[in-house]
Amino acid sequence: MKPDELRGLAQKEQEARKSYRFRINVCCSSGCMPFGALRVLTAFRDAVREFKVEEECYVARTGCIGTCSLAPAVLVEPGDYLYQNVTPERAREIVKEHIVNGRPVKSMLYGNEAFFKKQLRVVLRNTGKIDPLRIEDYIAVGGYYALLKALTRMTPQGVIEEVALSGLKGRGGAGFLTGLKWRYVARAPGSPKYVIANLDEGDPGVFANRTLAEADPHAILEGMAIAAYAVGSQKGYIYVRSEYPLAVQTLKKAIEAAKSMGFLGENIFETSFSFDVELRLGAGAFVAGEETAILASIEGRRAMPRPRPPYPAQSGLWGKPTLVNNVETLANVPVILLKGSEWFSSIGSKNCTGTKCFSLTGKVNNPGLIEVPMGITLREVVFEIGGGVPPGRRFKAVQVGGPSGGFLPEQLLDLPIDYESLTKAGAIMGSGGIVVLDDTSCMVDTAKFFTEFCVDESCGKCTPCRAGLHKLFKILDGFTRGEGSVEDLSKVEDLCEFIKEASLCGLGQTAPNPTLTTLRYFRDEYVAHVMDKRCPAGKCFRSGGGGGVE
Amino acid sequence: MPDSGAARTGLKNDRRLQMLEATIKQHQYSKDALLEILHTAQELYGYLDRDLLLHVSRQLRLPPSQVYGVATFYNLFKLKKPGTHVVTVCMGTACYVKGAEDIVSAVEREFNVIRGGTTGDGRLSLFVTRCIGACAMAPNAIVDGETVGKATVENVLKRVKAVLEAEMVEAR
Repeated sequence: MKPDELRGLAQKEQEARKSYRFRINVCCSSGCMPFGALRVLTAFRDAVREFKVEEECYVARTGCIGTCSLAPAVLVEPGDYLYQNVTPERAREIVKEHIVNGRPVKSMLYGNEAFFKKQLRVVLRNTGKIDPLRIEDYIAVGGYYALLKALTRMTPQGVIEEVALSGLKGRGGAGFLTGLKWRYVARAPGSPKYVIANLDEGDPGVFANRTLAEADPHAILEGMAIAAYAVGSQKGYIYVRSEYPLAVQTLKKAIEAAKSMGFLGENIFETSFSFDVELRLGAGAFVAGEETAILASIEGRRAMPRPRPPYPAQSGLWGKPTLVNNVETLANVPVILLKGSEWFSSIGSKNCTGTKCFSLTGKVNNPGLIEVPMGITLREVVFEIGGGVPPGRRFKAVQVGGPSGGFLPEQLLDLPIDYESLTKAGAIMGSGGIVVLDDTSCMVDTAKFFTEFCVDESCGKCTPCRAGLHKLFKILDGFTRGEGSVEDLSKVEDLCEFIKEASLCGLGQTAPNPTLTTLRYFRDEYVAHVMDKRCPAGKCFRSGGGGGVE
Repeated sequence: MPDSGAARTGLKNDRRLQMLEATIKQHQYSKDALLEILHTAQELYGYLDRDLLLHVSRQLRLPPSQVYGVATFYNLFKLKKPGTHVVTVCMGTACYVKGAEDIVSAVEREFNVIRGGTTGDGRLSLFVTRCIGACAMAPNAIVDGETVGKATVENVLKRVKAVLEAEMVEAR
């Protein structure tokens, strides 16, 4: 594709889009699909034909709109009317009333403005508004312009500088400066070099990366191609969880489309830059998301981490310099190049720029996929966007960062969301899971749940993680059964510190976080379990699942 | 050129084997492609038994221990034949805090099956999985490929009974 062709195509698509008075976006992501989204899509298309409004109303199959608890969700433009729990019958009614008669069906509208008010969509800029399977839709909203700009008007060095100036940090959780990482790979001797997009979102309760891939796969591909140009790579891999079949299919089709349009392949935009992308499927291993484990997995081995240094930037895939970036990090890149690093760094807080996507779930009134500027407080997320806990229940804790993260209590809700504050409080940014717990959850039991997860997912390579976590689980399990003493509490603390200090990789080093934070903020619950043999939430000491406290 | 090795590992020389061979060939017998090939093998055969793993190890010239190691390391690969019907309960965090454990225990009790296992008659397997990503509809269960959102003990048990009974009716 030539630069002019891209401009021409974008213009043509924009005009085509404008020729419709209405656009009905039907969410067909993994959140809505199990609940009949495809039937709803068909019903809309039938209804549009039935009422003879095909000329003025376009029905699009899109990715996630964000309000996943209202599945299937439908967004009607202009005006962003959001319909919830749409059925095929309701679809017909929406076409009849809203499109034909010009009267939005109030009874079916999502009534909660607050859910969107504090959000800022940078990474999710296109999700729910474009058809991920039509590359033309992406081009219409400015897609592949950033790649064009990078290849024709910027040096690789210049691209790295721009990304570094933006302050973008790795969104996979560790928060390492992206520009710096790129610089290391660019400077590392050796070739070929590789780029890996990490889509091994293994945290239970997190679905932001998956949703991005399902809704806007080209944003990831474009980010990858720009990264490859910057570091001097010609070959990239997307490592994606096989548990995400729709994301896998969407990415496969997106790669094909990008290749046939010439955004991937040889001599992109008639420059000397060539770049090819291949998908690699994971097979269900939480640890595979670790940046050295992902290398082992792509090489066809057990996903076991190894000590760093050498970092993947020096010695990665097959011993060659390799850039490993999370897909959310990569999806930020095209916007940074188009709008500039200054624009990007004006969002968020001083030390933590940009936005972050979160999966907001658990005991909260408006669960879903959200994107917020860095620095927003947990209280705003839980109570304003999330609408608080269900009526009649009391907020207890918010779990940030999955099995590697921590539980934060009510008094810490005014904490700003950034890498430093969260780490200081004992949690981590992680891959972006926020799970809200109310007074029906037992903190000891939930700490045990996460520890059990890490016991299962420990790769077994180093003893502190393999044996230490097992021991920790046994003690916690004892607490929930009425065993254990006050002395055991300090034993647990010692054990946690030891596992943190001595483990080889991020999994072991962070696995004690759920236990440590619950001990720090909810110690009274542990004391109630070991001293009074009582579970304040009424969850533990149950025999045969009968319920109630013994 | 490696021989197909089928005779020695007891795999039937059928269409599935031919498709597996085609995939191995497409990857040029590369050891790096082990995961891709195991994915294909499981898709074709439903699970990875001993003969199948041995076959892959011969074709890729990898020690059987390495192939077995990889197959057992990743949760996705199944080494035992699953039941005719499968119920999978999501045990992601969101589902767990909303009572997924109660659903798993109820299925265990009702159908006399333990998580990760299959009933004695081979008709029902119960699996737990770490997050299917429909967290906003938690808790979730999947019965024979169909997702039950905002699941309860009652509606999951009902759904499982329904698929088991439907099979009985068909059998008659």
